[in-house]
Amino acid sequence: MAKVTVDGIEVEVPNGSSVLQACEAAGIEIPRFCYHERLSVAGNCRMCMVEIEKAPPKPHASCAFPVNDGMVVHTDTPMVRAARRAAMEFLLINHPLDCPICDQGGECDLQDQAVAYGKDGSRYAENKRAVKDKNIGPLVQTVMTRCIHCTRCIRFITEVAGVPDLGATARGENMEVGTYVQKALGSELSGNLIDLCPVGALTSKPYAFTARPWELRKTDSVDVLDAVGCNIRVDTRGPEVLRILPRLNEDVNEEWLGDKSRFSIDGLKRRRVDTPWVKRDGTLQKATWPAAFAAIAAKLKGVAGARIGAIAGDLCDAESMLALKDLMASLGSQNLDCRQDGAKLDAARRDFYVFNSSIAGIEEADAILIVGSDPRHEAPVLNARIRKRFVAGNIPVGVIGPTGDLTYKTQHLGDTPSVLAALIAGSLPFAEVLKAAKKPMIILGQGALVGIDGAAVLAACWQLAATVGALSAEWHGFNVLHTAAARVGALDLGFLPGPGGKDLAGMLGGGVDVLWLLGADEFDTSKIGANTFVVYQGHHGDAGAARADVILPGAAYTEKNGTYVNTEGRVQRGQLAVYPPGEAREDWKILRAFSEVAGHPLPYDDLAALRARLEQVNPVFARVGFLPRFACTDQTAPVGNPTLASTTPFPLAVANYYKTDQISRASPTMTICTETYVTPKLAAAE
Amino acid sequence: MLTDKDRIFTNLYGVHDWGLQGARARGDWDGTKEILARGRDAIVDEIKASGLRGRGGAGFPTGLKWSFMPKQSDGRPHYLVVNADESEPGTCKDRDILRNDPHKLVEGCLIASFAMGANAAYIYVRGEFYNEAQRLQAAIDQAYEAGLIGKNACGSGWDFDCYVHRGAGAYICGEETALIESLEGKKGMPRLKPPFPAASGLYGCPSTVNNVESIAVAPTIMRRGAAWFSALGRQGNTGTKLFCISGHVNKPCNVEEELGIPLRELIETYAGGVRGGWDNLLAVIPGGSSVPMIPKSICDDVLMDFDSLRAVRSGLGTAAVIVMDKSTDLIKAIARLAQFYKHESCGQCTPCREGTGWMMRVMNRMVEGRAELAEIDTLEQVTRQIEGHTICALGDAAAWPIQGLIRHFRPVIEERIAAYKAGKPMQMAAE
Repeated sequence: MAKVTVDGIEVEVPNGSSVLQACEAAGIEIPRFCYHERLSVAGNCRMCMVEIEKAPPKPHASCAFPVNDGMVVHTDTPMVRAARRAAMEFLLINHPLDCPICDQGGECDLQDQAVAYGKDGSRYAENKRAVKDKNIGPLVQTVMTRCIHCTRCIRFITEVAGVPDLGATARGENMEVGTYVQKALGSELSGNLIDLCPVGALTSKPYAFTARPWELRKTDSVDVLDAVGCNIRVDTRGPEVLRILPRLNEDVNEEWLGDKSRFSIDGLKRRRVDTPWVKRDGTLQKATWPAAFAAIAAKLKGVAGARIGAIAGDLCDAESMLALKDLMASLGSQNLDCRQDGAKLDAARRDFYVFNSSIAGIEEADAILIVGSDPRHEAPVLNARIRKRFVAGNIPVGVIGPTGDLTYKTQHLGDTPSVLAALIAGSLPFAEVLKAAKKPMIILGQGALVGIDGAAVLAACWQLAATVGALSAEWHGFNVLHTAAARVGALDLGFLPGPGGKDLAGMLGGGVDVLWLLGADEFDTSKIGANTFVVYQGHHGDAGAARADVILPGAAYTEKNGTYVNTEGRVQRGQLAVYPPGEAREDWKILRAFSEVAGHPLPYDDLAALRARLEQVNPVFARVGFLPRFACTDQTAPVGNPTLASTTPFPLAVANYYKTDQISRASPTMTICTETYVTPKLAAAE
Repeated sequence: MLTDKDRIFTNLYGVHDWGLQGARARGDWDGTKEILARGRDAIVDEIKASGLRGRGGAGFPTGLKWSFMPKQSDGRPHYLVVNADESEPGTCKDRDILRNDPHKLVEGCLIASFAMGANAAYIYVRGEFYNEAQRLQAAIDQAYEAGLIGKNACGSGWDFDCYVHRGAGAYICGEETALIESLEGKKGMPRLKPPFPAASGLYGCPSTVNNVESIAVAPTIMRRGAAWFSALGRQGNTGTKLFCISGHVNKPCNVEEELGIPLRELIETYAGGVRGGWDNLLAVIPGGSSVPMIPKSICDDVLMDFDSLRAVRSGLGTAAVIVMDKSTDLIKAIARLAQFYKHESCGQCTPCREGTGWMMRVMNRMVEGRAELAEIDTLEQVTRQIEGHTICALGDAAAWPIQGLIRHFRPVIEERIAAYKAGKPMQMAAE
């Protein structure tokens, strides 16, 4: 530790810290543009200047100056003030000052710091620089004339996203940030550039000229478009969600957010079901809530519990799934399932189906094996964490299954489950790598679990984890990476076939007479028996609604107070940011209201009572936000014969990152992204 | 005045054989093995005792710089990097060493590398010096062939490899850390210091970057002794130095002289005097384009060394003496330099990137006189806002010529502005 005195305040900071960090520790604000605590130090904006005693008598860039014990720093001397004013003046001489038409206006570092540290006029009488804008894809808008060359974007895309697409060309005044040859940024994290850019050079293309920050109401929530559970802020104006931004959570997403989670919001306004529909004379017709409920109740009359089933979708909150489960129980049904993809998950113990090492724990791992997963597209923010670990320690990463470029160096071991058998037997060199590691991690994706031998793969991975010492009293290296935000919550609630109950496959093909789909669209609805009466409760007119006999309009994740459990098993709560459109209602309320009509009223009348019931069903729901680290206390393997015969390659769980759920499928922005990145048309020759 | 027996660069003008045979005849590669046998510390101490200061412009003591290299390797290799990216306007000394006396440099590389525990040296040659790089490579090949470098160099037991790398012609790549970046294959942009190259330089390994001349004089110092070298020149500014005299002199030339020679003597003895006589002198830029100019009144009796020139608020720089007689449009000359620095700024840090363009534009207007009197002060303040605020010294180098102009020739600018305002623009010198 080093003792540093900043403006008379004495602080202790770790050796190797920068002077800027010491100033922050002392509670003194240092203006900066290029410095960002998650990126490498560039030291180029020259805004964070301070005066340091016993150093050469000139202002020093505090972000790049290491502390010494006994250092004395001054941040408010005439020299420092002059240096900041000078840097500010230089930054502004070629900045267009087009704040009135700039989307960054109101949340612009340059604006704020110009007010705080700049001077009131300019002495620059020459012509300003103009720079041609660049097209870097459908998500990030560039206005390059506004660029102040802080290079945060270059450093982010190179260091964090691992896709070195951006760089600076030319030099001096003529330096430009760009892709050199025009192309769309090839990163799933490109939206973060918008947050990082301290000026209006990189702004959101879909959000262009939409709103000013002070018009927006900000609601803290949780993202559900993948299973990472990124913390988000939902910005709304009136009944509209205008944008979604990441919220800081060091344990989950740091301050990043995937492009799908950020830009799918226009899907929240399209293809919505905003009124109940009932099928009459072979066609769906608009109906009232009582009529819709009456139609379902009439159908249910006389149907045995065993002939009723329910399937929970991928975006459901825990509250509505519990209400549906309780409703089904009161109707005498054990036919429940949440595994729309047919993944052979074992819910016997929680550590069989969660990401036990935790996302922050990735930074401790010293060897990683990824089985049947493409984390870059299944969970881009989590993949950035793996890359962070890789960059910090150059750790070995093995991959089984077909994955593309994961943005870090991997060792491809094969595509089929049989590779696992070889690893367990120790006949592959990577087995030694895992054994030598102190904290090895095995990440098991959904692609590995959906095949016919999914249960065997699960058991084999557990066995491998046990063999290489990943299951110990200090470290739990067995991790399941989910793709559905609702999945872990559903497994925690036991939204699975009860004793003698049918699973998803059993309910299809006429296995049940009445099928309740709670936002379930991700399976082949054409396999539902022709005579099965389908109730679809959800927010989008997707596959499930198309097959439904009755549609009950539900709420999307921005429109309800819901509890979600991410892939780590972390319980987090989203909040209502806008009300559901039209007649649509929060999902648990729909189920509660219907239970009355069905004659089995559910025993909770408000959210508090329902959440109390959640905790009663599984105590993990009492622990919101916080997730303790669990070691492995019981090495008993999941059921399933770990002998692997199959030589079928693992399929990819996510074929198109930009279209994985009802919301992103309805989003025009995601359609453009798909056209740009997934199915690019060959450009015509010039 | 330097006597011929004390000259180090005895083939500066290329009249003798540049090759190994010729170099050996001039004393190069003589007893190199014995020099190395004296050990690392003895070499560094000898260079320290000689008082040799870096010949690239900053004048940092060379022996001290070498002593910053770790005594023991921590597993990382050490590197010597030789800065032959000579791009400072007015300077042409390294070029003559490269083409006429390349073996002095190669031998110096071996001795310096040995002294800092480096088994490899990289010589970064300015891209435009195509022929010079060829000549240097030929000299290296000769040295390899003769067993002077390579495995067991000179039979000393020390393995040493020497590589030539050609730059792409950017002035900024003469800055030591930008040079390292460029050598690594990146865009030539200066690095933040600390860490200094001696701690983490080329490829993250301990490195020392030295100017060609600093390295090329090292073998002679080792052979003739620190006492001989330090007896030349003045206290704190010892030894000989290559001066490049250009501009309005009768015989522009490169010449080796003692440090501390009076400027007037230097010009009149070697360059045939100022065009039209000493009284026709207007100003001199004494150390390459980066240092402030000095007017004739100072030139009359100033001594050419680091400390004397610093005392008159200029600098020795690379000792490139640019002489300007009374026909010179000083404003236009400095405006041209401002344009040069604007063009060569790397664009990394704010003050230099934005400030060099600003200064150039104002200077261009001042050439015509199309400015306000108050803008002279503004311009001066802008130079102060750049100086000392940047990552590397290019910002300073861009600011100093303008400061020198305003310091010594402010009335000339004022007169030009007044003439423009009066509608009588001055006659401009032809290009």
